[in-house]
Parts: sequence; structure tokens; C-alpha cells
Amino acid sequence: MSLLENVSLRAWTVWQRNRDVFFVTWKTNFLPPFLEPVLYLLAMGFGFGILVTLPDPYKNVSYAQFLAPGLVAISAMYGAFFECTYGSFVRMHYQKTYDAMVATPLTIEDVITGEILWGATKSLINGTIVMLVIAMFGLASFPGLLLIPFIALLAGLAFGSIAMIFTALVPNIDSFNYPFFLFITPMFLFSGTFFPLDVLPGWVRDVALGFPLTHVASMMRDLSLGMLSWSALYSLVYLLVITLVAFYGAVWLMRRRLVS
Amino acid sequence: MNDVIVAQKLTKRFEDLVAVNAISFAIKEGECFGFLGPNGAGKTTAIRMIQCVSPLTSGILQVQGMDVTKEQRRIKSLIGVAPQEDNLDPDFSVLKNLIVYARYFGIDKDVAKKRADELLAFMQLTEKEDTPIDKISGGMKRRLVIARALINDPKILILDEPTTGLDPQARHVIWDKLRELKKRNVTVVVTTHYMEEAQQLCDRLVIMERGKILVEGTPRQLILDKVGNGVVEVLNPDPQVEIFVRSIGWTQERAGDRLYIYTNENQEARRQLLDRFPQANIIIRDATLEDVFLKLTGRGLKE
Repeated sequence: MSLLENVSLRAWTVWQRNRDVFFVTWKTNFLPPFLEPVLYLLAMGFGFGILVTLPDPYKNVSYAQFLAPGLVAISAMYGAFFECTYGSFVRMHYQKTYDAMVATPLTIEDVITGEILWGATKSLINGTIVMLVIAMFGLASFPGLLLIPFIALLAGLAFGSIAMIFTALVPNIDSFNYPFFLFITPMFLFSGTFFPLDVLPGWVRDVALGFPLTHVASMMRDLSLGMLSWSALYSLVYLLVITLVAFYGAVWLMRRRLVS
Repeated sequence: MNDVIVAQKLTKRFEDLVAVNAISFAIKEGECFGFLGPNGAGKTTAIRMIQCVSPLTSGILQVQGMDVTKEQRRIKSLIGVAPQEDNLDPDFSVLKNLIVYARYFGIDKDVAKKRADELLAFMQLTEKEDTPIDKISGGMKRRLVIARALINDPKILILDEPTTGLDPQARHVIWDKLRELKKRNVTVVVTTHYMEEAQQLCDRLVIMERGKILVEGTPRQLILDKVGNGVVEVLNPDPQVEIFVRSIGWTQERAGDRLYIYTNENQEARRQLLDRFPQANIIIRDATLEDVFLKLTGRGLKE
């Protein structure tokens, strides 16, 4: 585990750098993660949702209530995934920010850790904003609601680490189309975000159960509908394992890419 | 004087290329040491190993007595690096670039602000402190990169091509500042392919080619040893001139439209040439490091 020995608290200075940039440019950063879920909620939840009757155990739940925590989960996924793909690639490749950082006592492992922590922070910010929106529409209930930002942060660590793996591998910025079409879009659609997984054929459902977003959405839905059960614990552990494996992989691949 | 950087048989091999091939050198405290050489000679690779960002293939490299393969964080905290490519943070102002960079070193906020103000004054950038990076000139960016490299009050300053692409005014300002730093006993390591820059700045230098060190010495001594005091250039020489020069036995070289004659008595050589060939177009000048460089590395293109 020698790679992890190179991670230090100095990683926070990378996080601080990104936070400072965020506060310089927040006016352009702030609206999109907030507007998109609102549009989805209006069109799908309140519009399309009129046509929908949900199966058990969601018989007494409106479609908007079902969909709302899924939207929080999606915004948490996008927060870290965009940040640690496009954002990180721009810093690494175009701005040479990483080169500048590793000329200081920071190690490449510190830099990658700081980047992923910042990605997770974006998930926390975006997830919390969307959570507040669904709360205002009366689509989530106390007290489970209050734990949703914590799940968003954890989701951010997982998706930030996974994103960083792609960033370490892609030859150029256009190549991010592949992880987005082949990984993010299927997850967006088939992670129990828009409909319960039980309606899927067996094998598709099994694949979907492997998606990290499935577990994020499921935990958030349980919390927001007040239906928390032991399965949430399984989801939590699954997400933690994915995060650790992806984090280690990201650091290893980034070292391979950047240190020569 | 103590040696602050010592390399023994330092080697860096990439997949199919030996970029640095078993070179040895020692850089003394407080001197300005230059790595010269054509593109691809291995200069940048060598200093990247000193900076602890590129692992060695073999050999020994120590910075202030510390092994670069072991004490990277400590070494990196002692050196300042001004890279060839500007990697300033485009999202921040001039001042904020310094403050954020200081944070990577763990420098206290108040100390960082104080040093940043001093460095901006030193580099004549105080007026621009609130300006975004994309609104300042290339020369200012270079000065800021050097200021940034000084934010941790380094013992060793590493500059990779510090004035490439700058106009003469901007270049001279940077040279003045670097000479001032030398007076403060900062050890300066510089790579360049501008011979004038090396002559202006370096106490000692090596000329590298294809991963090897060809020569080492002070600029003055290298010129005297390898070329001599003076150079006579004959433009568009008649074939008879070449024959005459060869018969006298002067060291000569033909390149393009000129004949170069390397001699310690260039006044005398010109007189003799004009006696014989009154029409000849002759320039006499002092020998420079560029003559040494071209003599050693040849006039052919390297890439």
C-alpha cells in the first residue's frame, strides 16, 4: 500500500485551491445543477407521473415522490463525475496545474486525493441543493432527509474516484464521450432512479444491482420516504468498497500516467 | 563552498531512449550553474530528476545531502521551480496565484501575504496584483512564475528556459533579477539554449548533447579552450580564400555562406586576408559561447 503512504493532509491544499476557484466562478457554476432537476421534476414527476401507478412497496407513493430522491442521487453522481473528468482533465492537461503542484512538497497522490475530495464536495453541494428543492416541493420527509447530504458526499467519493480512473486513461478530452455514454447514461436510466428495479428482467436487474448509483438512489429513497431497512447497510458497505477500490486504482493509474 | 547538488552516473532511460546517460556533476552553494545543449539533449530531464518529479533509472543524485529517491518532500520544500511552460493558475489574479502556491508549501497565511507582497515588488508586479493572469504580458507571466518559485524562500532555484520567447527588455529585467538573487546566496540552476543568457548568468556550465556532458567549465575558460579569443568571418568567400587560410594553418570552418576562422589574433588575420584579397567581406569579433556550442554540437539541425 505504498501509494497510500504518499497521501497526506496536504491534499487539503488542493481541495482549497479548487474551492477558491469555485468561489471566483460560482455564479456560472451554481444554476445548472439546480435547474436541471427542477425541470425533470416538473416534466417527469408532475407531468408524466400522472400516468404512473407504482407497484409494491410504493403503492401509496406518488411518482413525484418516487422520482425526487432519484434526482438527488443523479445530481450527486454528476457533481463528482463531471468535476473529476472534464474539470480534472483540463487542470491536468491544459492548465498544467498538477505539474505546478507536484513541484511543491505535494505528491501526485496528494493531488489526486485533493481532486477527488473536491469532486465529492461538488456532489455534496449539488445533492444538497436538489434535496432542498424536493423538500420545498414537499417530496421528502424528515428526519431521513437530513442524512441525504451525507450519502451525496459518499456517492461523490465513489464517483469522483471512478471518474479519476477514466481521466487517467483517456488520450484526450473528447474520449470522455465513452464513459459518459457507456457508463453514466445506462446508470442514469437503470439504477432504480426512474422506476423500481423489480420491473426489469432478471439479468438486467442483476447488472443494475452492480451499479453504484443503484445503491445511492436506493439509500436516498429509503431515507426520503422514511422506509429505511437493513438493505441500506448493505448498500452503504457496497459503496464504501467501490470507493476504496476505485480510489486505489485512480491513484495508481494517475501515477503511471503522470510520473515518467 | 559546499556542493548542494551532486550527481554520479545519473541515468534516465525512457522506453527506447537514453535521455540522460551516466552524467556526473556537482553544483556549489551560491553559484549559477547552467545546463546547455540543443533540444533533446537531456537538460530538462536532468533537472526534473533534481526536482524529484522524475524517478532515476540509475545512478546517485543528492540535493543538500538528501537522496532524491527517498526524501522528496523535504527536498521539494527547499527548492523553487520555474518551469519552461507557464503553468500559472488562470482562474486567479496575480497575487492570488502566489498565495495559493504558498499554501501548497504549508506556509502560514500572514507570512505568505508578506512574502507575496515583497516578491511582487521585487519583480515589479505590484501594480498588477489584482489583474487576472490572461490580462498580463508574456514577460510579466515569466516574472510571476519566478516570483512564485521564490515563495518558499528556496535555497535552490531551478529555471527551465527562463527567457524563451521574451523580448530583449523583458529578458534583461529577468537577468538583472537573477543576478540579484545570486547575491543573496541562492543557488541557481538554469537550462537554456541561449548562449548569451548562459554567458550573462552562469558561473559554471555544462554543454550536453544526446544525454552526455560534452564539456564543463566557466564560460570564459570554455571559450578560450575550445575556440580562442577571436573569430574572423568571411562572407561569401572566394575558393582562393579557403585555400589560403588552409595553407596558413588557421583553424577554420565553412558553414552556409561564411568561412569562420578561429584565432587569437583576429586583427592580424584580417590584415593578412585584406592584403591578399582586398575585395573580401570580413567581420572580426570576440569569440562567444555560441561558437563553442556550435563547434561542439555541430551546425546541423538536431530535430
